[in-house]
Amino acid sequence: MLKDITLGQYFPGNSLAHRLDPRTKLILTVLYIVILFCAKGFVSYGVVALLLLTGVKVSGVAPRALVRGLKPILFIICFTAVLNLFYTPGEALASFWIFTITKEGLVTAFFMVLRITMLIMGTFLLTYTTSPIALTDGLETLLGPLKRVKVPVHELSMIMSIALRFIPTLIEETDKIMSAQKARGADFESGNLLQRARALVPILVPLFISAFRRADELAVAMECRCYHGGEGRTKLHVLRYQLRDYLVLAAYGAVLAAVLILARFGL
Amino acid sequence: MSDIIRTEHLTFAYPPDEGKDPVPALDGVDLSIRQGSFTAILGHNGSGKSTLAKHMNAVLLPGGGRVWVDGMDTLAEAALLEIRRRVGMVFQNPDNQIVANVVEEDVAFGPENLGVPTAEIQARVAAALKAVGMEAFTLHAPHHLSGGQKQRIAIAGVIAMEPACIVLDESTAMLDPAGRREVLDTVKTLNRDKGITVVLITHHMDEAAMADRVVVMDQGRVVMDGTPREILVRMEELREIGLDAPHTVELLHGLRQEGFDVPLDALGIQECAEAIVRALA
Amino acid sequence: MKPIIRVENLTHTYGENTPFCRSAVKDVNMEIMEGEFLGVIGHTGSGKSTLIQHLNGLLRPTSGRILLGDRDIWEDPKKIRDVRFRVGLVFQYPEYQLFEETVYKDVAFGPKNMGLDEKEIDRRVRAALAFSGLGEELLEKSPFDLSGGQKRRVAIAGVIAMEPEVLILDEPSAGLDPAGRRSLLENIRAYHREKGTTVVMVSHSMDEVAENVDRIVVLANAGVVMSGTPHEVFSRARELMDVGLNVPQVTQVAMELKRQGVDIDPAVYTVADLRAGLATLKGGRR
Repeated sequence: MLKDITLGQYFPGNSLAHRLDPRTKLILTVLYIVILFCAKGFVSYGVVALLLLTGVKVSGVAPRALVRGLKPILFIICFTAVLNLFYTPGEALASFWIFTITKEGLVTAFFMVLRITMLIMGTFLLTYTTSPIALTDGLETLLGPLKRVKVPVHELSMIMSIALRFIPTLIEETDKIMSAQKARGADFESGNLLQRARALVPILVPLFISAFRRADELAVAMECRCYHGGEGRTKLHVLRYQLRDYLVLAAYGAVLAAVLILARFGL
Repeated sequence: MSDIIRTEHLTFAYPPDEGKDPVPALDGVDLSIRQGSFTAILGHNGSGKSTLAKHMNAVLLPGGGRVWVDGMDTLAEAALLEIRRRVGMVFQNPDNQIVANVVEEDVAFGPENLGVPTAEIQARVAAALKAVGMEAFTLHAPHHLSGGQKQRIAIAGVIAMEPACIVLDESTAMLDPAGRREVLDTVKTLNRDKGITVVLITHHMDEAAMADRVVVMDQGRVVMDGTPREILVRMEELREIGLDAPHTVELLHGLRQEGFDVPLDALGIQECAEAIVRALA
Repeated sequence: MKPIIRVENLTHTYGENTPFCRSAVKDVNMEIMEGEFLGVIGHTGSGKSTLIQHLNGLLRPTSGRILLGDRDIWEDPKKIRDVRFRVGLVFQYPEYQLFEETVYKDVAFGPKNMGLDEKEIDRRVRAALAFSGLGEELLEKSPFDLSGGQKRRVAIAGVIAMEPEVLILDEPSAGLDPAGRRSLLENIRAYHREKGTTVVMVSHSMDEVAENVDRIVVLANAGVVMSGTPHEVFSRARELMDVGLNVPQVTQVAMELKRQGVDIDPAVYTVADLRAGLATLKGGRR
């Protein structure tokens, strides 16, 4: 149930994808998204798909885990597909009542679904192969220059990494509280919208109280381990670009160029 | 040997609920913890034992009196980081003290805060994980570990700061018997092999039995202080302040009433059985 | 005595078709007798939490079935809520589920979900609170202003107020100090005595179980490995230790005495019994 949500989960491993510098992976992800949005036709989408497949292969992440990650946004995907299917003007293929399916609609819907799916999978690949700490480290370093304009980069990245650290804990907790209230006959599945919203109170109140208590205890625990902000902090792992990072970045750059050229010709 | 922690007339009260008088959580505690010792602090919930623990590394500051850590007054703000480095703290709920998503990153958290150079952090993390027997889990995600393992990670996080003393603030309360044993074996080893001072806050009598010294708290005061053998045999008094004597002591008490000539302080199973065999002969 | 709950070939597999797939319980058969006080013991990961969540239909078996009375509880999945009223389950650290503004409202949550009328709810809330050893002066207090031990009791009262035929408690005394543990267990014993309904207590403390229950079921590695009276179970102390469980301190002393040649029952588990046994022995020798 709740445990199925894989968003932001990290699968430890030692593949090339795992070993890449998190900054590289962040840049790659941005590049990947750019490439994806530049893609126009079957050929360029094919290239992106190939890119994604290579990523999956290299990372050693089970494709099933990626597909499972799509579940929570299935609705959005379907919604977009339907919208595009019916509302794209063009050559009509079939029509009934007020709906008309056009050839262009079919193509656009197909590409939209492909685009969202590949977008999600690509970003999941990043979170699956990069520990949240490495990810925030990467972000912190990439955004480092912003410190000069008084952006609290360290604090933000600390907040993010702790939030990520507590996601599994809080999900587990939600599961537990839900079970406990169900054992007292709580009903989360029936009733109208208002009743359902009200039924959430017995979950949300304990969850919030517990989250605050955890935050409080964690703050004390962090202070006990001499945490005093980002000043003078060192790192267990200092980020350093390796040859592989440059090579992969170069490869991505090449793919971007290729897709741009392909898209230029509408392929 | 010198004292790593010393409290003098320590008093403390939490801010009271509106309209009520503050109830003292600590009411004049004078206690010295010797460097290298293993001390158990016993008491029922609300006896002040956890409040006392939180004064040992300046998480709480004295309302009255003084606390010295390795000669440093905890009221002196400049010494704060050094005090917390020297006296590490492990808490009750393992989930609420793990900061990172990867074991090694969590253990590194303390040294990182202290500004230890990268190469040395790596060496310390490896050594700390080895010291608690968790080196096989270096790259694991902490939330997949058992309670006992999580607490050992927390202990490693403290060890990596190279402290003189570890305070375990009811760190075994949420663990099952196997987890408790893991944690206790770990701190016992650290105490014996590395000379790290251990202060164990607990309400489990069998845990107190493994310490060199037992301090019993009640109503914010130290009410008993001695070796486990001296303290744990005081069955009636312990019961009165909401604690239990070990079953072995209870049995020996009962056997004395039956006319057996047995000592009361044969705490261990083996010892207890031997004493009974001798009395029967 | 006849069984009130029967577990037949119960298997539950978590995360099927994922790399984390594992069977938490596997082919479990057991019976819970009407009116008995049953102890379920097992180390963490032995499957005990999974097992008890099947007894009130929170989890659905991957295979096998649970009979309550004579009916499969999943016969009509729409009626599973009724099963939860008949089999009350108190989770570990239940104080973390409190959410209402007053103790009264929180304890009334279960009875209200049952659709009872105000008068009946009121009677049950007060009765449940008494069983959990709490005074009526707490009724209008916020549960969050109470001490840890009191919160736990409010949470237990919240399940007792449903007046279930079977009350299951998962580690009811976890984290309490010795005095708190003693008095809570006394309350549970009194509840069982006065109500005469079935109580199941899950624990990893042998001492605690030994002193309270009529019968023990031992779980290990996702299955039942032993069941019987405490005396029967502790007479197999070696096997218990092999699956990573402790035996009561008293039993350990008795075993050691036996090993050293003293003619004593090595399966005794209370201080009083061992004391009496030794006294008789001494008397006989004199």
